[in-house]
Amino acid sequence: MFEIRIHGRGGQGVVTAAELLSIAAFIEGRHAQAFPSFGSERMGAPVVAYCRIADREIRLREPVLAPQALIVQDPTLLHQVDVFSGLKRDGYMLINTSRSFEELGIGAFVSELEAARLGTVPATELALEHVGRPVPNAALLGGFAAICGQVSIDAVCAAIDERFSGRVANSNAIAARRAYQHVLAEREAIHAQAD
Amino acid sequence: MLKQIEGSEAVAASVALCRPEVICAYPISPQTHIVEALGRMVATGELSRCEFINVESEFAAMSVAIGASATGARAYTATASQGLLFMAEAVFNAAGLGLPIVMTLANRAIGAPINIWNDHSDAMALRDCGWIQLFAESNQEACDMHLQAFRLAEELSLPVMVCMDGFILTHAVERVDLPTQQQVDAWLPPYEPRQLLDPADPVSIGAMVGPEAFMEVRYLAHVKQRQALELIPAWAAEFRDLFAREAGGLVRSYRCEDADTIVVALGSVLGTLKDTVDELRDAGAKLGVLGIHCFRPWPFDAVRAALEHARRIVVVEKSLAVGLGGIFANNIRGAYGGPPEHVHTVVAGLGGRAIPRASLRRLLENAMAGKLERLNFLDLDQALVDRALAREQSVRRSGPIPEAVLRDIGVIAARPA
Repeated sequence: MFEIRIHGRGGQGVVTAAELLSIAAFIEGRHAQAFPSFGSERMGAPVVAYCRIADREIRLREPVLAPQALIVQDPTLLHQVDVFSGLKRDGYMLINTSRSFEELGIGAFVSELEAARLGTVPATELALEHVGRPVPNAALLGGFAAICGQVSIDAVCAAIDERFSGRVANSNAIAARRAYQHVLAEREAIHAQAD
Repeated sequence: MLKQIEGSEAVAASVALCRPEVICAYPISPQTHIVEALGRMVATGELSRCEFINVESEFAAMSVAIGASATGARAYTATASQGLLFMAEAVFNAAGLGLPIVMTLANRAIGAPINIWNDHSDAMALRDCGWIQLFAESNQEACDMHLQAFRLAEELSLPVMVCMDGFILTHAVERVDLPTQQQVDAWLPPYEPRQLLDPADPVSIGAMVGPEAFMEVRYLAHVKQRQALELIPAWAAEFRDLFAREAGGLVRSYRCEDADTIVVALGSVLGTLKDTVDELRDAGAKLGVLGIHCFRPWPFDAVRAALEHARRIVVVEKSLAVGLGGIFANNIRGAYGGPPEHVHTVVAGLGGRAIPRASLRRLLENAMAGKLERLNFLDLDQALVDRALAREQSVRRSGPIPEAVLRDIGVIAARPA
């Protein structure tokens, strides 16, 4: 079973991101469970949502306490809530930012993780450019497909298409594909450095 | 058809497949998504021949459901927590009048302190109201139980409450196999009322009954509810044949064959318990899980038989009878044929407190080592409790407890000295 935790703020589509991820996994024939950390929803307040993906029925109903992957929709949360809680050493992490881990002040923490499993993507900028609203969730899922093989970019776009329609679906799918390309390019740059 | 869908949406789709004719709705978390989805279906015409009535309160929701059902309409509503309490008088009336209303209860804690999260306090508060109470383990079962509930309600002319864990199930997006309209039509015949307000054949419903017959009328309610103990397992078997999956029934055992210890629960925590038991089984422990899927009528014989060979019973329940302890556990203790001190009550998950596998594993290991008390509270912060009690001891005007406890854990900023 693969467990993902998504951190963001009310209004950023955190809960929808988890739902989309579960639909993408479902489209690929897998079992998936998405659920929010329940609370009174307020714009701007920290929100957490979870997604589990597995090859058999998922019976577990606890929150994701030790995620294999983290998606951070809002980097201002990094120093406000315990975003990294329980993250496995070999875990994946994708942050919505155009800055480096050092600039975000998490360089030391990140140096203990596996570089090839980490990524950044300017998802809010991509959403503004393509969707016209600062809703980074779909773009981040595109980036997530690039850092971790749990869902394919095609399944992410199919999930976006299932959940939304018309221009909203199209523009979010474009943002997701752009984010996917961005993360792939970022990783090639890392590999080139390593070589 | 398999769908990846939110629990509330899936339940709404299942209710719609049962062709309800009147839906009364008043919003309350965590049930709201269900009636919102049904409202959309009525508005778009996807659900036809159905009147969707926005009412002004939960008391009105149940009262309108009573009126609708008495005129021969298949009636449905949903509520939770304070909403159930607010409609309580009408809830008892629906049962006393013998009207086959189906209601989803998205289980939520009851205040004060106000809390919107999941536990079973609402269902337990009205456990003896005369309704049949079914508890769903998953969203699939919640959907399937609604199909069973309408048929059961209408066969017996009794209302049925389908309990599903608020948020944990209602707001979880997972795989659900939704049946076709043809399958549901083959399962659920059109509603043929036993009693009907019909101008062509007038009757009165709701007579006053004095001491000369009240006992007998109440006893008949008991007899009728007990009839469900025969129907529920028979129909669960028929459901399995038709739909090729398990749903409902009175009780269901998991890995209990040779179990010395059996852990018993209601609702969605059964899934986490099964995963925990699998882990402990791998380590050689002999334990199993018993899920109770019908809480009222109380399946005394089925519970007794399922626990017959176990030497230790651990009841995990999301409710607390203040001043007593377990509510569900006391029902289990009464049905268990062994010594009552072998039944341990574990109050867990109140007000949405997560019930993690690690805590359950520690609990069950302690149980098997003979270290459980008769009454236990899972993951209780004893130090926090002790500080609150110490404050009460030291100061007369110690103030409201919830605010003081929140201040203690830093949720509310401390007052300046």
